[in-house]
Amino acid sequence: MATAASAETDPRTRLRALGLDREDAVTMYRNMLVTRGIEERGHILFRQGKIPGSFYTGRGNEGAAVGVASATKPQDHLCPLQRDMGVHVTRGLEPWRVFAQYMGRSGGPTRGRDGNVHIGDISLGIVGMVSHLPAMLPVGVGLALSYRIKNERDRCAFAWCGDGASARGDFHEGVNLAAVRKLPIVFIIDNNQWAYSTPSNLGYATEHPSDRAKGYGLQNVVVDGTDPLEVYEAVKEARDKAVAGEGPTIVECVTLRMEGHAVHDDAFYVPKEDFETWAAKDPIERTRKFLLEAGMSEDEDEEIRSGVKRLLVEQLDKAEASPLPDPSTATTGVYASPEELDTPHH
Amino acid sequence: MATMTYLQAISEGLKEEMRRDERVFIIGQDVGVYGGAFKVTDGMQKEFGEWRVIDAPLSETAIVGACTGAALGGMRPVAEMQFADFVSCAWDHLTTVSAKQYYRMGTPIPMTVRLPCGGGFSGGPFHSQMYDGYFAGCPGLKLVMPATPEDAKGMMIEAIRDPNPVLFFEHKHLYRRIKGEVPEGVYTVPFGKARVAREGADVTIVAWSAMVHVATEAAEQLAGEGIDVEVLDMRTIAPLDFEAIAKSVTKTSKAIVLYEDTKTGGFGGEISARIAEELFETLDAPVRRVATADCPIPFSPVLEKEVLPQTADVVEAVRALSAY
Repeated sequence: MATAASAETDPRTRLRALGLDREDAVTMYRNMLVTRGIEERGHILFRQGKIPGSFYTGRGNEGAAVGVASATKPQDHLCPLQRDMGVHVTRGLEPWRVFAQYMGRSGGPTRGRDGNVHIGDISLGIVGMVSHLPAMLPVGVGLALSYRIKNERDRCAFAWCGDGASARGDFHEGVNLAAVRKLPIVFIIDNNQWAYSTPSNLGYATEHPSDRAKGYGLQNVVVDGTDPLEVYEAVKEARDKAVAGEGPTIVECVTLRMEGHAVHDDAFYVPKEDFETWAAKDPIERTRKFLLEAGMSEDEDEEIRSGVKRLLVEQLDKAEASPLPDPSTATTGVYASPEELDTPHH
Repeated sequence: MATMTYLQAISEGLKEEMRRDERVFIIGQDVGVYGGAFKVTDGMQKEFGEWRVIDAPLSETAIVGACTGAALGGMRPVAEMQFADFVSCAWDHLTTVSAKQYYRMGTPIPMTVRLPCGGGFSGGPFHSQMYDGYFAGCPGLKLVMPATPEDAKGMMIEAIRDPNPVLFFEHKHLYRRIKGEVPEGVYTVPFGKARVAREGADVTIVAWSAMVHVATEAAEQLAGEGIDVEVLDMRTIAPLDFEAIAKSVTKTSKAIVLYEDTKTGGFGGEISARIAEELFETLDAPVRRVATADCPIPFSPVLEKEVLPQTADVVEAVRALSAY
């Protein structure tokens, strides 16, 4: 296992070493703000009774999700999970479509056919997840296999798994198949320490869930998931390695799930002091401090924050204007027709 | 036209389409160097290379899951389950991911899963099952079950081209036992169009896959007794050509549904219900079902014969129905 060094160097030097400029870091910061803003507004919508079913957030994981997605290229495919709203935001999914999805409106990516974070848009390279975690991991392996068969050399797939879901066969079969064929894929484990109410020590016996990489002949990297730049660095390196034909890497982003599994769960089982410790490492606040040290002014920060607020108000209005799906369409579109194969992704 | 076995026809279909479309690839256990447990892919890795005929680890979940991903990546994957029975290990992927991805996300999943299925040769409880009933209740999947070499080839090509996940049930007991004329070159047999395997006027037997042959054998025996049986080969059960059933049953007024899945929960129960529901006025007798007993498939030949539908069972059922 390699542990990426959390550089305490000068912010400008650190960005330069990563091949990034301050604008790139500001974009990450902004995407994290949009991510949290979407989920905070989602909470309000839920309490207002505007969201049917349940509601899930990824609070605490914004840095990891944005950090990974920032290291992907437009031609890549991503299979993120329910704590990874930052991936959708970074890849360009418009917030109003997320709100519309939450509310079961026709403007959401699944047109009301699926709910909450079961979101995706293949034109942005994102495959929509299912509830059975991590069922999309072998799907990511298949995308990587398609690049390999077609000999597409600068294309990489990204597939996610949680610490909890790493106990399932999908993870082990998928990682193993990708390993034996050295496929261009990067595996991300969002390790937020809790599988619903079950702590890590009851989910796996290794120190880190990604330590199982050894069993597949792979390397793993454990990074602080609250630092988007540390995540970015590890993922970028893993991507370079994967597309060079050197095989997959498992990048584990350690965070704490800062809310319950879903809105109905108050996470009473998580020790209070853990919440306090991890709140002090809030990914948005630490990125803000980093940027202030890198030369961002308080005024600039204020401008970014109010810009995000304005955007979300406008996007929420747009989502509320999106009509509910027509009930008469409920049973249509169960099977695809041949002409639909001519979509851009095919 | 060339005469070939059911197995050769499936191989031909795969090869023809792989030559025509470089997006088609095969993945499964021992499909490459060994040519597949039943030799359906024999010699194909040599012709198409190791990235188009891929030997996979023993991981049905990863194989089927990867096919969904590869389909999203623009390929036309064909997975081989070594035996249809092992698809239970990939159940989740077929029913949760592949079958629902288009409905939810709007992205077609053009993939084929080949399932060597069925009993009759002492395969025992884990190498003999007919799984169609389990999947028939899962919208989004197509279930195809050819009975003849000509259909096997044309439906193989149709399956690969279909924009949906297709379960291709190829009956192991037909592999080398059934021979027939098969057109040369590329052709397709459309899904959802039943075939009259034998014309008759007195009783309709609705069947698919290997049971078409059992029904035809029974019909030949009964012809000597003056009972004229019509055998309908459904070819696919999803989509289902109910119109063909209605046409035949309207003519004969008597129907038997013959299927190799278990009597309870097998898809024949659904067909019986629809005949009773929609064709009641045309019936002269209750719909009868002849199917596998509600029991695992036993190993010993005498036990297996007891459980699977035999020609004699069908003959007896037809006699009883004609006398009604």
